[in-house]
Formats: sequence, C-alpha cells, structure tokens
Amino acid sequence: MDWGNILELSMRELIGVQAIVFALAAIGINVQFGYTGLLNFGQAAFAAVGGYGIAVIVTTYDMSFWLGLVVAIAGAIVLALLLGIPTLRLRADYLAIVTIAASEIVRLVGRSASGREVFGGSDGITGFSNTFYDFNPFTEPVSFGPFEFRERVLWVLAVGWVLVALCTLTVWLLMRSPWGRVLKGIREDEDAVRSLGKNVYAYKMQSLVIGGVMGALAGVVYSLFQGAMQPDVYATNFTFFAYAILILGGAATVFGPVLGAAIVWFAFQFIDLALRGAIQQGYIPDWLMDSNDTGAVRFMLTGVVLVLLLVFRPQGILGDRREIALDAR
Amino acid sequence: MPADDDQRTPTSLTAKREAAVAALAGVPREPGAKKPDPILIADDVKRHFGGLLAVDVDHVEVQRGSITALIGPNGAGKTTFFNLLTGFDRPNSGSWSFNGRSLHGTPPFKVARAGMVRTFQLTKALSKLTVIENMRLGATGQRGETFWRALLPFTWRAQEREITGRAEDLLARFKLDTKRDDFAGSLSGGQRKLLEMARALMVGPELVMLDEPMAGVNPALTQSLLEHVSNLREQGMTVLFVEHDMDMVRDIADWVVVMGQGKILAEGPPDAVMSDHKVIDAYLGAHHDQSLAELEEQLESGTLAEQVAAELGQEPAETVVPERAAETGDGR
Ligand SMILES: Nc1ncnc2c1ncn2[C@@H]1O[C@H](COP(=O)(O)OP(=O)(O)O)[C@@H](O)[C@H]1O
Ligand SMILES: [Mg+2]
Repeated sequence: MDWGNILELSMRELIGVQAIVFALAAIGINVQFGYTGLLNFGQAAFAAVGGYGIAVIVTTYDMSFWLGLVVAIAGAIVLALLLGIPTLRLRADYLAIVTIAASEIVRLVGRSASGREVFGGSDGITGFSNTFYDFNPFTEPVSFGPFEFRERVLWVLAVGWVLVALCTLTVWLLMRSPWGRVLKGIREDEDAVRSLGKNVYAYKMQSLVIGGVMGALAGVVYSLFQGAMQPDVYATNFTFFAYAILILGGAATVFGPVLGAAIVWFAFQFIDLALRGAIQQGYIPDWLMDSNDTGAVRFMLTGVVLVLLLVFRPQGILGDRREIALDAR
Repeated sequence: MPADDDQRTPTSLTAKREAAVAALAGVPREPGAKKPDPILIADDVKRHFGGLLAVDVDHVEVQRGSITALIGPNGAGKTTFFNLLTGFDRPNSGSWSFNGRSLHGTPPFKVARAGMVRTFQLTKALSKLTVIENMRLGATGQRGETFWRALLPFTWRAQEREITGRAEDLLARFKLDTKRDDFAGSLSGGQRKLLEMARALMVGPELVMLDEPMAGVNPALTQSLLEHVSNLREQGMTVLFVEHDMDMVRDIADWVVVMGQGKILAEGPPDAVMSDHKVIDAYLGAHHDQSLAELEEQLESGTLAEQVAAELGQEPAETVVPERAAETGDGR
C-alpha cells in the first residue's frame, strides 16, 4: 500500500471544494442552531436556491452572472422569510418540521418534469459558470510541494476559502457583539430575553436569514465547481451532513464548522483509500467486503466516530467542556 | 455603595416607606380599592384554560412607589395574572394600563421597554452566558444590538463600557461580583434569583414584578433578598411581588392583595389582611403564619403529620406528607 499517496490524496480533501461547501453550510447552521438554537433542517434548500439562482438566471434566462449571484442571495433571503414568518413565533419544533419539508419541496420542484423548461428537471442545468472561470487569474497548474492543482480547481479553492474566511470573520465579529449576545440569550431562554425588552422574533429572523445566505453561498460554490446544478445533490442528507460536521467541530464556536468540514472530508478520503488499498493487497478478504463497499463503509465508520465523539467529547473538538457540564445540572 | 446598603435594615421605617404607607393610609381595605397615584390599573381581566377560569380580576390598582405583595394559595392565578399583564399570555378579555398607557395586546418586549419588567417563578438565568453577560443583556437601547453596527465594534465599544460599569455596580450590590465571569448555570438557586433580579434592574424599570423571588432560596440568603427588594422602593421603583411566606410579606410590603381562584379577594395593609381570619382560613390554609423552616421542623418531629391528619380526619400518613412538603418547596 502506498501510504504516501493515500495521505497526499487525503490531504487535498482537507482543503478541497467539498470541505469549503460544507464549511459554508455548517457556518450558516452554526449561526442558526449553534448560537440561536434554531433548528433549520432545510439548509439543503438554501444551498439549492443558491445554485439555482445562478443557473436559472444565466442559462435559462440568458442574463448576467452577477444578476445570478444577486438572485441566489435574494432567493435565500426570501426563502428564510417564507419559512420564518409563520414559524418563528411558535415553538422551536415547528421550524424544524417546516424546514425539512421545504427542503424536499425545493428539490422535488427543481427536478419535476413540469418545471423542466426552467430548472432542467432531474438532469439539472449546465453552462452557467463561464463568466466565473473567465476571471480565473491562474493560467496553468500550480504546485505546492507534492500537491499540484489544476487552474480551474485552484480558482474555486481560492474564491471558496476567501468566502469561508469572510463568513468566519462575520460570525466572529457578530458573536462578540451585543447582537450576538442577544442570539445566545435566545438560545438559552427566549422568554427571559423578551422580558428584557428584546424583539426576539426579529433576532431569530435575522439569524435565519444570515445562516440561509451562507447556505446559498455553499450551493453557489458547489455549482460553479461542478459546472452543473443538480437538484439531487441537495437532498436532506446534505443538511444532516452539515449538522454532523458542525457538531464534530464544535457548535457555537467560531472555527468549529470549518475544522469539522476539513476533518470529515479528509477522513472520508483517507478511509476510502486505505480500505481500497487493503482490499487490493488482500488484507481484507473478499467475502468481508470488496472495493464497491468502501463508500458505504466509510459512512459507517464516520458514524462510529461521531458516536464515540458524542460520548467522550460531547462539546465537539473546539467546544467548551464546561458548557456541556451545565446541561447536566 | 454596598456598605451603605448593608446598614439599612428592612424593618426600619425609611422616608420612602413612610411616604408609601402614608399614601395608602386612606385607601379603603376592600378588593379593587382606588389608589391615590396608581402606576398600574387593570380592569375586568379574564383568562380561561378550557373550563378553568384561572384569572378573573374585576379591578386592581398598584400604587406608585410602594411595595405591593400579591399573595394567594398555589393555583390562585398569580403567575397567570403576571403573564397577562406583561404580554406573555393573552387574556380572553380585559384591559390594563401602565403609566396611563394601555398595554393590552402589547408584546412582552415592548412592555419591558415601557418600564414594566418581570422575573419568573422558575428562574430564567441564561446558563451558558456568564454572569456579566447576563447583566449586559439587560441594558436597553444598545447600539451594538443592531446587525450592521454589531459588525463595527467602534460604534458600540464606549456604550458597552458604560453598561459594563453599571452592571458591575449592580453585581457588587447583589454580592455577585466574585461570580462575574462564571457561567450563570453554575450559580446556586438563590444566586440565580439574585442575578435575575439584578438583570431586570439593568432594564431601568419603573415597575418591577417579581414572581416568588424567595422561592427555593436558602434561608441565609432570604434576608439579603428582602433587603434588595425594599431597596428598590428606596430607589424610587414600584414593586409588585408574589410570595407565599407571610413573614416576608409582613416585613417589607406596604400593601397586600390577596388572590384566590383567579379573583381578588381582599386588599389592605399587611397586618390588616393577615389578621383577617376569614381570608386566612379560607384562602391561605391553616398554616399561613408559619415559615417553611418551621413547617420542616414540625415535619421532622412528626407533629405536622398528626396535625394535618387531624384536620383531614384521618390517620397520620407518614409517606404522603413529606412528598407534599417537597412540592410546596419548589413553589408550584
Ligand atoms: N398554560 C396553562 N394551561 C392550562 N392551565 C393552566 C396554565 N397555566 C396555568 N394554568 C392553571 O391556572 C391556574 C392558575 O395557575 P398559576 O397562575 O400558575 O397559579 P399561581 O401562580 O397562583 O400558583 C392553575 O389551576 C393552573 O393549573
Ligand atoms: Mg405561580
């Protein structure tokens, strides 16, 4: 087994596009769930709206890429308002139910045959990313030590990590401000915050909108990377993946979602390649598993790791143990 | 500043207390009595829960600058009445005004901003915020609480310093300054009550509504809590508070309102109301003039069980009585 190669390929995933996409989605969920206590189970819908925003405007309606970006973000804001207005006055579980349903509605409408003219059906939409790559300053592959990146990938990585950095900076600034203090108060007990003269409903709405916009950015980055907008990427497992990443990294921490995303995608690749290598070398007998099973097995192993983490480090990698101890009181 | 407060004992008649007592002297001792300078007036407030009429208040007024106690047995509707007045619950009918401004249908945050701030029977400390952050949250009109300004720390730094200073003064007064940077969730029950009260004061209220401020508080702390409550009047605030323990009410209240089964049953100065045997026996039970500590003592010696059994005309039931005592302990 070529451990050097396995490690190198895995290291690429540490900073890869998948890590960026899920970091963005998880940063958004962190604002909503980690800091405000809002259960948005429809982050996939926000990402899909982001992806469709660009794809539909550029490909279907043949309009400008920049307008597509604006529509992607405006679409996420509108979706957040649509979901939030009826539910944010109610108990927390209503938002959870409504968002998970909305997430499937967005996906199913996107892939429906009747909407094929606009949304491209289940095949999705392609051909909207040219403007983005026209701006690519990288003209040839670039190497960093053993790592070589093709110019297109490098451009996505550069833009993606800048977005991740900006979102992280925003969260950092917000959560050390009085505004962030109100959100954390709402997470702990919204009635107490109301009794202190804060408009809880307005704050929850702002939190939902901001987290949703970050979700939309995740969808934008992924669609541009793929050069295609495919609805089935944004099934509910997208959302739960982002949640798992957030909890692994540490909810309500500034860097938790980024760290979680990098580690998960690294681990996925590493486990997958290691298993394949072991099967090839005959270390793992055929009757136990063959190379087609590695995709499923890595999910199982990730699940086991998450369970172990929740048992031994429930606050996540970056979380504060003392906070979890308070819950037990 | 804290040193000054320590010297003031709650039983000594201060100028403010004298003024409050004098203002209430001519008020008739009957339910719904008109007060000379009411800060809060409620009319015909009703709240049904299914078939249960939990609150049915014809008329009640709270005198400005006084400490008014709202007493009554468990389930009398005191908490529900608080919830209605502060917008946390909606009445089936009724109207009320605060400082002459109608608050019917006003959401809780606007009620608080209007100057009417309440605490909760089940204390709501924000566990994963530190004590000082809990306090800062109470301040109103914070520039850094708007989204865009939050991103620009220089727009709110100065105000934050001012708020922190105010919060630290209050914490010192409530003897929580040593806990400044601890999580609120790590405080004891009594300290949480203190924190909740101090946090409410950060709002700068005119009327402070305390729902069972002494419930679940270690007896060593109750005396200082009482002092804090009477200090609110000294600082010009009006206090309306719910309490079970008659001794405490007698010590600090200028006026007592008795509630039972949703209605206002009696009103008057503490001694007058408490010596009204009709009120006592019918609505407070026969153990009204005992503190919980005394009840506990009796419980241990077994006399309470006998007494209760005698009243109920039954044999003493050892296993049942301790459970009931535990129930009243948490104040529901
Ligand atoms: N949300 C609710 N739903 C149904 N019944 C309630 C509710 N809240 C209070 N009650 C009932 O209303 C009555 C008054 O309760 P409460 O105001 O808590 O009394 P108190 O604070 O005086 O002990 C009780 O009988 C209680 O069971
Ligand atoms: Mg009550």
